[in-house]
Amino acid sequence: MSGSSPEKRYEQLKAEAKEKVGSTADKTVVWVGTATCGKAAGAITVREAFKKEIQQRGLEAQVREVGCMGHCYAEPLIIISKPGFPSISYGFVDEGLVKLLVDNYLVNDDPCYEYALVALEPNDYFPTFSDFPRGVYENKTILGLCGFIDPEEIDEYIAENGYAALARVLEMKPEETLELIKRANLRGRGGAGFPAGRKWEVARENPEKEKYVICNADEGDPGAFMDRSILESNPHQVLEGMIICAYVLGAASGYLYIRSEYPQAVRRVRRAIEQAREKGLLGKSIMGSSFDFDLEIFQGSGAFVCGESSALISSMEGKMGMPRERPPRLSESGFRGKPTVLNNVKTFCYVPMIINNGVEWFTEIGTPESPGTAVFALVGKINHSGLVEVPMGTSLNQLVYDVGEGLPKDKAFKAVQIGGPSGGCLPESALDLPIDFDSLQEAGAIMGSGGLVVLDEDDCMVAIARYFLEFTQKESCGKCTFCRLGTKHMLNTLRKITTGQEDELATLDVLQELAEDVKAGSLCNLGGTAPNPILTTLRYFKDEYEAHILEKRCPALMCKELIAYYIEPKKCSKLCNACVGSCPTEAIYTRDDGLKAIDQEKCVKCDNCMKACPPEYLAVVKLSPPSLVEEREGKKK
Amino acid sequence: MELLEGEREEIVSEVGNITEKYQPEREKLLPVLQEVQGRLGYLPVLAMEKIAEFLRIPTIDVYGMATFYNQFRLNPPGDHQIKVCMGTACYMVGGQIAMDSFERRLEIQEGETTPDRKFSLERVACVGCCTLAPVVVVDDIVEGHVTPTRVDGLLLAYDGEGRVPAESARQVEAGQQDEQQSEQEGEGEQHS
Ligand SMILES: Cc1cc2nc3c(=O)[nH]c(=O)nc-3n(C[C@H](O)[C@H](O)[C@H](O)COP(=O)(O)O)c2cc1C
Ligand code: FES
Repeated sequence: MSGSSPEKRYEQLKAEAKEKVGSTADKTVVWVGTATCGKAAGAITVREAFKKEIQQRGLEAQVREVGCMGHCYAEPLIIISKPGFPSISYGFVDEGLVKLLVDNYLVNDDPCYEYALVALEPNDYFPTFSDFPRGVYENKTILGLCGFIDPEEIDEYIAENGYAALARVLEMKPEETLELIKRANLRGRGGAGFPAGRKWEVARENPEKEKYVICNADEGDPGAFMDRSILESNPHQVLEGMIICAYVLGAASGYLYIRSEYPQAVRRVRRAIEQAREKGLLGKSIMGSSFDFDLEIFQGSGAFVCGESSALISSMEGKMGMPRERPPRLSESGFRGKPTVLNNVKTFCYVPMIINNGVEWFTEIGTPESPGTAVFALVGKINHSGLVEVPMGTSLNQLVYDVGEGLPKDKAFKAVQIGGPSGGCLPESALDLPIDFDSLQEAGAIMGSGGLVVLDEDDCMVAIARYFLEFTQKESCGKCTFCRLGTKHMLNTLRKITTGQEDELATLDVLQELAEDVKAGSLCNLGGTAPNPILTTLRYFKDEYEAHILEKRCPALMCKELIAYYIEPKKCSKLCNACVGSCPTEAIYTRDDGLKAIDQEKCVKCDNCMKACPPEYLAVVKLSPPSLVEEREGKKK
Repeated sequence: MELLEGEREEIVSEVGNITEKYQPEREKLLPVLQEVQGRLGYLPVLAMEKIAEFLRIPTIDVYGMATFYNQFRLNPPGDHQIKVCMGTACYMVGGQIAMDSFERRLEIQEGETTPDRKFSLERVACVGCCTLAPVVVVDDIVEGHVTPTRVDGLLLAYDGEGRVPAESARQVEAGQQDEQQSEQEGEGEQHS
């Protein structure tokens, strides 16, 4: 076969893959979502249960694994494809449902629609994704195959047109591909939104022979998991993007920098690299061309700052991950001092899609300045949490209420936290804001990593600012003074406020000033963005700060030092002892009249009694400030 | 922490086996540290000295790396590793309450191991199942909706024969840890 063009080779690869994968099309297959989210919810038990039931009944059905489908709220999730029926997805699967589905659907022909979540293909019996509000707004591009192909089987990716873009690119001049990426205005999805094409161009034009391509899969935001999900669900897409980038630069080796806390992602990527090598898609003379390129995994060691580009390089070189001053940019002097392109996982994912579908396809999605889609890990007080992908420019409102289906328990919306430790909290008034790099920045938040936490009336905005400051303060590498001392000082102030030890309102002005200084004076963007949670909460929720300082009151009843648990005698019942048993410190006693009360000295505010109190009484309440307890008890006596 | 009998020899030989596979280059420092911790469960001072010797760099550089990166621990882990999720979603619904409860019951602080080396307690960032928040991972088994009562239940269960009641056991099959994990699980609990 040597001598044939990459596209010819690709045709053959695809034909082989189709044959192999296609052979399952006329069989019944149960797909179990086994990304980390699924596994945590019990997917392995479900997988084994299916295997057992199918074997016991001697059925001819396969049990296969897929990645994350994005509907994490309904995990464990499965899809059943049975010839003659549309593929149907079921959520909240447990062993009982497995038995039921095997008995009724696999053995007989009843798909048990009452347990079904959604059908994957249009049909006459059951709604598909596009029949739900979420499906209307969602536009799955880079998540398109996630959850629908086996991530450990390269042929499934190839059968879905995977690596076709690479074959195309290998037939074109590198500068033509570069031109496409530039014209598409693909902006980096790692946070800052820097145009990928510009970065590639600088590195490409550098006369240095040795160049590197690195994928940033450090994902340090403590509330986000998009990059991990993609690596676990469709690793080849990332590899393909990286190989294309390497071809444009003329780089011979590349690395995926993956956090070691993601063992499953590391394992699946490792397997993907091996399979790509076997198929001649990595290694020497890729697809018969004269282009050589290989990939390795480098495991990060759990330092948030190592997500920053120069710190990441420093840690790969065996040193502490401390950022350095830029310029020079990585594209001029990166790994081992050579020109290096560092892009986020998602950025690389778009590359093959742009090549396959064309620049216009890409720029038609999203907004002129931020084309394409945005991927979010939608979590917190939201009904349908999970991974979502919407066009840039979608409003926060649509994201929260249509895609996420609103807040649970009819609680009032308070804010969304976007961008994790570097981002900010946006209030209800910002809900009409379109999601794109520039609008968010203007509002004080950033696109950031893509973590999106919905907060309701029970969440204290000062506490969440403190939470992120605790994180950034701990993760500050300590190299520059503004960040090292500034974060510490800001954190101390927030601690004093949330524990009721701050009496001066003027402190807020000092805090604001300090936050602005740290933002301006820090060496890297860890310090440069760390004040964002403070600045946005001060901007939009100053009243909460004031209540903490002036009244020693936490309006959301969250700050432990500013609340007390109290049992309302009017609601408490003599017949019930639930709270007493639930208390880990024996702080609850029975009063002379048989009702219960809390000994405030012993109470550790663990929330147990409030959970234990039966719904017909709901006698346990939180009071803030704690002095209210004395007031009430005083009156009652 | 004092080394137990035989541990010295084990450390020296394990580190030797690992470094043998690498070129003595500074770039290999993180991978070597990761592999040594993978084998020993932590980075004893002795191991760091041996690694420094191998790479011909000052021990302080190795120590600096081990303390800079969160992944590394300088004390042996407990028989059961308790990881409390302090990711954003978990924190907002009581991750700290769960952490407080463990600290109170085990009488250790976050990052420490009980003197009998039975339990160690640490915090982790989002484990990716925010819908189950607050989440605690014990020996790679994910526990959702952890209240202080559940904390007591968990400790009781693990303190006994070292297994949890079946209905609450959720296994995360975390790569290489698979075999080691099924050893720790009780009978009738092997899912994979
Ligand atoms: C403190 C800090 C942490 C960061 N963490 C990440 C990360 O986890 N993943 C990521 O892709 N980019 C992260 N970045 C951004 C990177 O520095 C860099 O801009 C990005 O990887 C470039 O890729 P892109 O152009 O594709 O976005 C971080 C930046 C800072 C300052
Ligand atoms: S924040 Fe705890 S699992 Fe995501």
